[in-house]
Amino acid sequence: MAEAQKMQVSDEVAIRISNMNKWYGTFHVLRDINMTVNRGERIVICGPSGSGKSTLIRCINRLEEHQQGQIVVDGTELTSDLKNIDKVRSEVGMVFQHFNLFPHLTILENCTLAPIWVRKVPKREAEATAMHFLEKVKIPEQAHKYPGQLSGGQQQRVAIARSLCMKPRIMLFDEPTSALDPEMIKEVLDTMIALAEEGMTMLCVTHEMGFAQAVANRVIFMDQGQIVEQNEPKEFFNNPKSDRTKLFLSQILGH
Amino acid sequence: MSDTHAETAFIRTEMLGPQLPPVTERGVVKWLRENLFAGWTNTALTLVALFVVFWLVQLALPWWLNGVWNATSLGECRTIAGPEGGACWAVIKARWHQYIFGFYPQDMYWRPIVAFGLMFVALAPVLYYGLRSGARLVGVVAVLTVVSLAALDHDIGHVVLAAVVMAGLFALAWVAPKRLVYVTLLYPFLAFWLLWGGSIWKPVATLAGFGVMVLVYRLIQPRLGVVMGTATGFITACLYWLFVQGSVTAALAGVPPELVPVNSDQFGGFLLAFVIGVTAISCSLPIGILLALGRRSDMLLIKTLSVGFIEFIRGVPLITMLFTASLLLQYFLPPRTNFDLILRVVILVTLFAAAYIAEVIRGGLAALPRGQYEAADALGLDYWQAQRLIIMPQALKISIPGIVSTFIGLFKDTTLVSFVGLLDPLRGVTQIVRADINWKGIYWEPYIFVGVIFFLICFGMSRYSMYLEQKLKTDHR
Repeated sequence: MAEAQKMQVSDEVAIRISNMNKWYGTFHVLRDINMTVNRGERIVICGPSGSGKSTLIRCINRLEEHQQGQIVVDGTELTSDLKNIDKVRSEVGMVFQHFNLFPHLTILENCTLAPIWVRKVPKREAEATAMHFLEKVKIPEQAHKYPGQLSGGQQQRVAIARSLCMKPRIMLFDEPTSALDPEMIKEVLDTMIALAEEGMTMLCVTHEMGFAQAVANRVIFMDQGQIVEQNEPKEFFNNPKSDRTKLFLSQILGH
Repeated sequence: MSDTHAETAFIRTEMLGPQLPPVTERGVVKWLRENLFAGWTNTALTLVALFVVFWLVQLALPWWLNGVWNATSLGECRTIAGPEGGACWAVIKARWHQYIFGFYPQDMYWRPIVAFGLMFVALAPVLYYGLRSGARLVGVVAVLTVVSLAALDHDIGHVVLAAVVMAGLFALAWVAPKRLVYVTLLYPFLAFWLLWGGSIWKPVATLAGFGVMVLVYRLIQPRLGVVMGTATGFITACLYWLFVQGSVTAALAGVPPELVPVNSDQFGGFLLAFVIGVTAISCSLPIGILLALGRRSDMLLIKTLSVGFIEFIRGVPLITMLFTASLLLQYFLPPRTNFDLILRVVILVTLFAAAYIAEVIRGGLAALPRGQYEAADALGLDYWQAQRLIIMPQALKISIPGIVSTFIGLFKDTTLVSFVGLLDPLRGVTQIVRADINWKGIYWEPYIFVGVIFFLICFGMSRYSMYLEQKLKTDHR
């Protein structure tokens, strides 16, 4: 299966980050980041807390601003130009650790809001698309409930469906399972695996090493705001090169 | 082994069904026990409180029960009530119309009555958007309007006309409740015309200014965006109001329909309180929202202006602002500009309330988790879309209690306009009534009357806010 997936990766570049640096005030959070993501590639980013992995993927859709270097997403460079930012954001879907569903709207309205207002899709069409994706994440029956009535796992699946409704070409996941009960982690991971099998370009910050082994083309390990090691999952887990990686892996896989 | 095992291992063979709690833990008994007689202290306090309530009622009740309704002066009241004394409600019976209308001409009472009735029709879609409750409100108000017109107006034509209009509006509210919004949009102009009279073309020409604004916005917005569109539209409309509207109105002067003009100094009582209160309430909310957004803006100029405005207005007493309105503002305007006193007061009261509303809404905005902004951004919504669709609906919902408190405060503060010579119901009208030789020395009754009306209005607002909170509750915590 792993071989088949790797076949889908094309040579087309989806994201290119070169010599990127970011500071929070004077604190240097991201240091000289260089990476390229090809279309169809699935990348897992891991590392200890505070290593800058969330900040990195939040830079990709400009939820955070970088101060130096270049980020090019789908051929559009992220600068302070609002038009470019909006263009990138409508092409890049994002799933958050705390779901961030809109509590005052129903599940269906959560999913149709952006297509209607950003993509100018007619309401009926947007609802049909939303139902399609809600079926895909296996909760069409919750469409008319409010987020507060759903379990964490269901909410996270809705969040995934909401992003998919914008028909994004790239999906970013920021620790999507960290706020969930163990029982619910599986249902969210299953959804993400299904998405990966369809060839979606995915960047995923997660500590789910099983997920990384199953679907990732590449695992990136970050520490102190820099990329310490990246490799294919098999090599990364079985034969880590740097001492920092070995220590990290021994700590999270130790029990 | 099986013996020791029996103590730790347990297998339920039959599931238990639900049962009612014991008698002392349910119904009235539980409520009494928990709320009134929960312990010795609680029981003692309950009994003391009961005694105090009984004592107060026993003191005040004769005064209320002995109330005199038919008399021509306070002296006559006292004679009728006899030695034990009693309330002299006759003063209310004789002067109620001044409390409601001030010195508004008596034969034109139908105009404020119709305006007041239409106000509720205009409010219906705001209070109950798209709901049948709105139609019920319109129905009740329609009946009340027609009944009060029939009682107060001698021209049967007015009554019939009002009945037909109200029936039509009720039908509209019942069939298409959302369409009632158009009534809401037209209402300010209609009410202005009804209350102040004059040529209908004056409010129509003013309304046309908004038409100009929308037209310019539609032309500019696709090319230069929302902000530029709004700004250009607003400036064009202001230019129209300043330089064009005057000649339009002048050209159409004398063209019917026309109503007898009524001067601002004839307004008074609750009519005045409503004109100032309702206008200020409906204008201060949007201004307050903009100020709150301005205060949180990244743009330094906008932020500084908003902070400066809010802090200045909140730091100055309302009475100072009212004196500014009545005296100082005249000095800054070109000579011989006739700038209506009520309008000046409304503007300053609006700005005053807007500053407070802005701070209340800022609290609501601060209470929203950052994730909501991020999710809106990540979906590609622009600033105004995110504010309108995601942020404001939630922030306003959180701020409802604060906003309604501000509105209630604002409505009660309309009585302060007596300091600039307007006839507010509490001080203005009461002073006039007590200046009458027949009612000299009357004290409690007018204040109780005005107080009760204020209470009913403010209590109504408070109940509505609770209904709204309940209706908008979707978090299911």
